[in-house]
Amino acid sequence: MENLISGLEILLRWDVGLALLIGSIGGVIIGAIPGVGPAVAIAILLPATFSLDPIVGLTMLLGIYGSSMYGGAIPAVLINTPGTAVNALTSYDGYPMTQRGEAHRAVSLAYSASFWGGIIGILCLILLSPVLAIIAPMFGSREIFLAALLGIILVILAHRGQIFAAGLLAMFGIFLETVGLHAATYTPRYTFELTFLSSGINLIVVVLGLFALSQAFFLLIEPDSSPDAKPVRGKMSAGIKELLGHKRVATVASGFGVILGMIPGTGEFTAQFMSYTYAQKTSKTPDDFGKGSPEGLVASEAANNAVPAAAMIPLLALGIPGEALTAMMLSVFYVHNVIPGPQLFQNNIDLVYGLYFALIALNVIVMVFLLFSTNLLTKVIRIPTRFLGVMILLLSFVGVYSLRNSLTDCMIASGFGVLGLVLKRLNLPIVPIILGMVLGGIMEVKLRSALPRLQSPLDMINRPIAAILFGIIILVLILHVRTMIREWRAHQVDEDHDLHDAQQR
Amino acid sequence: MSRVKTLQALFKRYRRPGDIVFAWFALVVSVVLLSQITDQTVWRDGKPVMAQPRFWPAVSLGGMAGFAALHLIGSALSERIEGRWQEVRLWFASLEFAGWFIAYAIVVPYAGYLPTTLVFAVLLCLRMGYRSRGMLLAAGVTAVVIVVLFKSLLKVNLPGGRVYEVLPEGLRQIMLTYF
Repeated sequence: MENLISGLEILLRWDVGLALLIGSIGGVIIGAIPGVGPAVAIAILLPATFSLDPIVGLTMLLGIYGSSMYGGAIPAVLINTPGTAVNALTSYDGYPMTQRGEAHRAVSLAYSASFWGGIIGILCLILLSPVLAIIAPMFGSREIFLAALLGIILVILAHRGQIFAAGLLAMFGIFLETVGLHAATYTPRYTFELTFLSSGINLIVVVLGLFALSQAFFLLIEPDSSPDAKPVRGKMSAGIKELLGHKRVATVASGFGVILGMIPGTGEFTAQFMSYTYAQKTSKTPDDFGKGSPEGLVASEAANNAVPAAAMIPLLALGIPGEALTAMMLSVFYVHNVIPGPQLFQNNIDLVYGLYFALIALNVIVMVFLLFSTNLLTKVIRIPTRFLGVMILLLSFVGVYSLRNSLTDCMIASGFGVLGLVLKRLNLPIVPIILGMVLGGIMEVKLRSALPRLQSPLDMINRPIAAILFGIIILVLILHVRTMIREWRAHQVDEDHDLHDAQQR
Repeated sequence: MSRVKTLQALFKRYRRPGDIVFAWFALVVSVVLLSQITDQTVWRDGKPVMAQPRFWPAVSLGGMAGFAALHLIGSALSERIEGRWQEVRLWFASLEFAGWFIAYAIVVPYAGYLPTTLVFAVLLCLRMGYRSRGMLLAAGVTAVVIVVLFKSLLKVNLPGGRVYEVLPEGLRQIMLTYF
């Protein structure tokens, strides 16, 4: 109880409140602009948050993370372009509703479902906390190593049809992390006798290059366009009433969001799809799905908004990020010497509760903001894409250069910017590089500290949780091979789509 | 965008023009890096294999080379997609903007953050084909907002321009601190 109160006290600080307000509202606006997305915004803001208190910086980033999907629903519904990757399925039913003159209904229903999903996700996080506090200390070096290994495997396997490329990029990420002086022996690794490589390749520089600069280059080399979103008329609160008629779908979808949000490498995308499929299968009108079904819209939005809270579970309890955004947040923890993991629940539980309350508050702030400002946001959507590219380029400079005023960092970031552009153009994933860097670092450190206690390789899995994790790894691999064989036998006709283009933002 | 029917279809990513160029590039880079492993990493006698400084570079580069080879085979065996070199030309086009970014980073410590940002915002907008007074004004205003937000309010670590040194005392201090 004391911890709960001190967590609440943290949130009542003026600087935390302001950070939350800026993060939440900024996140909605960023989410609403197709072509920016939360990854770009978080990457740019990351170095700026290093000078702030950890809770202030984290609250701001969390605000952007948790609120961008609300904003992303607006262009998905109004112009059939998802504002963020995870609003892809929202456009399936949202846009047909707009076409038949129900834009107001679709937008307000999307907000309400998002709010429902967001709150259920946080409630699960709060309810799971006591369990996490018990289980997390059972994770020693070998368990965290295996969990990180599972994360890498899932990230690779999640990119079906491009598994080789995803594997290549994840391995590239692990390699990038090894460049520099080896921490245990102080011997150089792939430094090519260049002094700037001795301290390694900075994760933030890579993140800014791959996410922010590449997006600027992407927009600058493409022809200019300015999406036209028509204003929405009517009361935005109407969706809350309608949502109550779809309670079951919204709750189950949120459940999918929570479960899949906790699993590294899967996240919003799978949660959204599974809940959409569930909603369609259990619906009385399954044929309406894809043609403007409110249930489909609810399923998609509730699922993706339940994920941010759930994604904090592996990050806070084990220090393992499941996707790019939480990987970026991890660096904020490290900069402030707050190491997420089992000790966080013992030493900084007030910070954890502070973050929970921040998540609840951000959902309320965003909901209230959206009830009054949707039409303002439809104007933001119209910003020309090349102009956006110019602004992202200028903002990327703040992120890269403010780290340590290094021109070399700017050059490295530019290199990764070009690589990111090539990957985006090729429809290849960027996330495996970032997760490879972060999880690769965790695997190396944890394996090294586990080694002295291992007499034989089998000792690696002689503890219950380690054995369970190992079992899951084997199961995942077997299931993947089984699916591949089934697909081979079924000879399904491939259906090309651009769904993943938005995933890069 | 077509309607997606199955989870498998949803997760699939499809080849785009230029895929094989990237596949070759990735394989060559992986193999070249892997060939340097004995020069660029050391082996410490008496340490277990998994604690060797060479272990993780070997695992990652070995994995990279393996996956790159498989990706290349996949690309080579697939049907050719037209527009390969046109696509590669677009990749090279992005180098111009990488150049703008580096030039911007070079100029800031000399000309100062505010003047450089203002000039680069307007010049880049002109380069991108915007000619209307409204767009150029919007670029200028946004540049000032960026500087005020990050340098004046958030106080991010950016150097004051050397050009500020020639300003009168009071103004110089303000420019060095806030812009």
